[in-house]
Amino acid sequence: MAARASALSRLALASSKARSAPSFATRRAALIRGYASQPEHSMTVREALNTAMEEEMLRDEKVFILGEEVARYNGAYKVTKGLLDKFGEKRVVDTPITEMGFAGLAVGAALSGLRPICEFMTFNFAMQAIDQIVNSGAKTYYMSGGNVPCPVVFRGPNGAAAGVAAQHSQDYAAWYGSIPGLKVVSPWSAEDCKGLLKAAIRDPNPVVFLENEMLYGVSFPMSAEAMSDNFLLPIGKCKIEREGSDVTIVAHSKMVTHSLEAAEELAKEGIKAEVINLRSIRPLDIDTIKKSVKKTNRLVIVEGGFPAFGVGSEICAQIVESEAFDYLDAPVERVTGADVPTPYATNLEALSFPDTPLIVKVAKRALYRTN
Amino acid sequence: MASLARISSRLSRRIPLARAIQTSADTTQLAQDASHSEPFTVKLHEDSFRAYRTEIPGLEVQVTKDGLLSMYKEMNSMRRMEMASDALYKQKLIRGFCHLAIGQEAVSVGLERGITPEDRVITAYRCHPFAVLRGGTIKGVIAELLGRQAGMSHGKGGSMHIFTPSFFGGNGIVGAQVPVGAGIAFAQKYMEKPVATYAMYGDGASNQGQVFEAFNMAKLWDLPVVFVCENNKYGMGTSAERSSSNPEYFTRGDKIPGIQANGMDIIAVKKAVEHTREWVLSGKGPIILEFVTYRYGGHSSTQDPIRGLQRYIEEWGLATEEELKKLDKEAKAEVDQAVEEAKASPIPFEHDLWTDIYYNGYRAPIHCVGVSVKRFTTI
Repeated sequence: MAARASALSRLALASSKARSAPSFATRRAALIRGYASQPEHSMTVREALNTAMEEEMLRDEKVFILGEEVARYNGAYKVTKGLLDKFGEKRVVDTPITEMGFAGLAVGAALSGLRPICEFMTFNFAMQAIDQIVNSGAKTYYMSGGNVPCPVVFRGPNGAAAGVAAQHSQDYAAWYGSIPGLKVVSPWSAEDCKGLLKAAIRDPNPVVFLENEMLYGVSFPMSAEAMSDNFLLPIGKCKIEREGSDVTIVAHSKMVTHSLEAAEELAKEGIKAEVINLRSIRPLDIDTIKKSVKKTNRLVIVEGGFPAFGVGSEICAQIVESEAFDYLDAPVERVTGADVPTPYATNLEALSFPDTPLIVKVAKRALYRTN
Repeated sequence: MASLARISSRLSRRIPLARAIQTSADTTQLAQDASHSEPFTVKLHEDSFRAYRTEIPGLEVQVTKDGLLSMYKEMNSMRRMEMASDALYKQKLIRGFCHLAIGQEAVSVGLERGITPEDRVITAYRCHPFAVLRGGTIKGVIAELLGRQAGMSHGKGGSMHIFTPSFFGGNGIVGAQVPVGAGIAFAQKYMEKPVATYAMYGDGASNQGQVFEAFNMAKLWDLPVVFVCENNKYGMGTSAERSSSNPEYFTRGDKIPGIQANGMDIIAVKKAVEHTREWVLSGKGPIILEFVTYRYGGHSSTQDPIRGLQRYIEEWGLATEEELKKLDKEAKAEVDQAVEEAKASPIPFEHDLWTDIYYNGYRAPIHCVGVSVKRFTTI
């Protein structure tokens, strides 16, 4: 319980960070291209997730949410805020602290016609439930010869948080990304979160939706299209957040922030970096990455997870096994979390995860520029 | 039987005057003359049930001649199917695991007779009879075991993974089907359907933590689920007393009431199922139903559920031994034919390796030429 209390208090921490972040976010917003028109709206990631769930619950009565503290407490990170008042206890269900049990219950409800959104307070706690996610959720459709689909969404914060040490700081993208039968989404912006969570809820397959606690309070611009209640993003497609011709930087979740900052730094030195926001871990949009690599001839992959057998490893392998290999002018390089259990002390924790200067350094190495 | 004696001595300490459950297959008596055309009443042995935090079901049960004879035929079909599976397994035509329910036919057939087609059932890996009785076919099960196209899961699930619209498998991880079953019941309550869900597990699985997690949520939310413990006294190779600090599984739900029933007498099974179905559909929340059974048949004919029912039918003058033999022969012929048809079904198409992974079809996420898979297809 001490751990959970700290998870709750961490909310305050994340929020305060977010409050200090507007200029940061605004600056980043200026970097983002590709909006059809000048965005008039902005939304935090938390609001985007909340709106996505509310819209889908209004659209389909079979959608319901269950998890620890999701109802009366409005969610440990306030992602489900207000949903209990709008939809009642039948559709917003506080569960006991019993991850394996309620994950299995969510799978059972999905097998018999409902569309559960199963919130884990963090994906660290979902390790208690991973058998239900993998063996019951992901495999039943195949094992039944296509007779029994399982439309469930498992969502919650994933990856490193701040100051919570090893058991509460881990990225599970590679774990779930290796499972056939699962779709795995790792959104970055508010637009990502809204469009992809709505798509995940409507998807007839089990979807693991990996959020990031540090991004919950960050505001992003929202186009009029993204504000619409029919805004869906395709699962399995990445997004080029910034176009460039010199080096491709592929990232997901919070590492997109650092990669865009790195691209801005690199631009000051005349280096045009292309930044790809993966959005989906599985299916992986390798075609877009290949196309970019053929253009830039250089690839850097950035993630917050452990290096071994990771998302970066997989992308690197797929690139070097493909015709894109012939276009590479430098070795592919992965920028990842350190191969250590996440430490507690501030300085050690900071050393454990990629930051903007490191991405700049590695991108320049790919260009054989070491200064 | 030594184990039973141990249970009963422990019982007597814990529950004053409680007696061991009756596990003979042939202790039900006529309460009135048996009729060939009208329903008639029989009386179960007074130790057919035990109860925890509730009353035992009534001992008087209405039966019909046709009902008893068709149960007899169905139990024989299930026995013959499992025997055929055993033979095919020994011929190495069935791969991997093949868990048989020989000796537990009273539970599968009796359960089906006590519920409606709309009710829901989920179980572990000993699933062949349920797959047939819940809308499948013997041919479909045997073909699945043989890994053929005509298999109910098209050869992709095998012995442990067979499903129908009202039967959710066929689950291979001991205990995992119990919270899933609670979720199926959750969905029925959510959709306001008058449907009971039977979540089945064995005495071995009863010690998994997630079983207790499911109990807790089911009671907390009064889900219409019957947790059915098939106690065949062995979890894999370990006896109940060596695995469970409390081997009285019907008492392990804390605030959830429980019924222990003789799982060898199909009339007692059907009665217990009807009783628990009524319980959960009346909004009282979950209930545990423990069936005491013998896997692979008992030590004598009184512990064989098919021979038990045969004795009732003969002693009550409903059919002669010859007539029952004829039913048995029909069951055997039905299974023999199903085996032949299943064997004639082709093995799965190679391209089916890549189908049914995702509902919308499959686009191989790993589609690089360098990935060494024997056959690469994008659909």
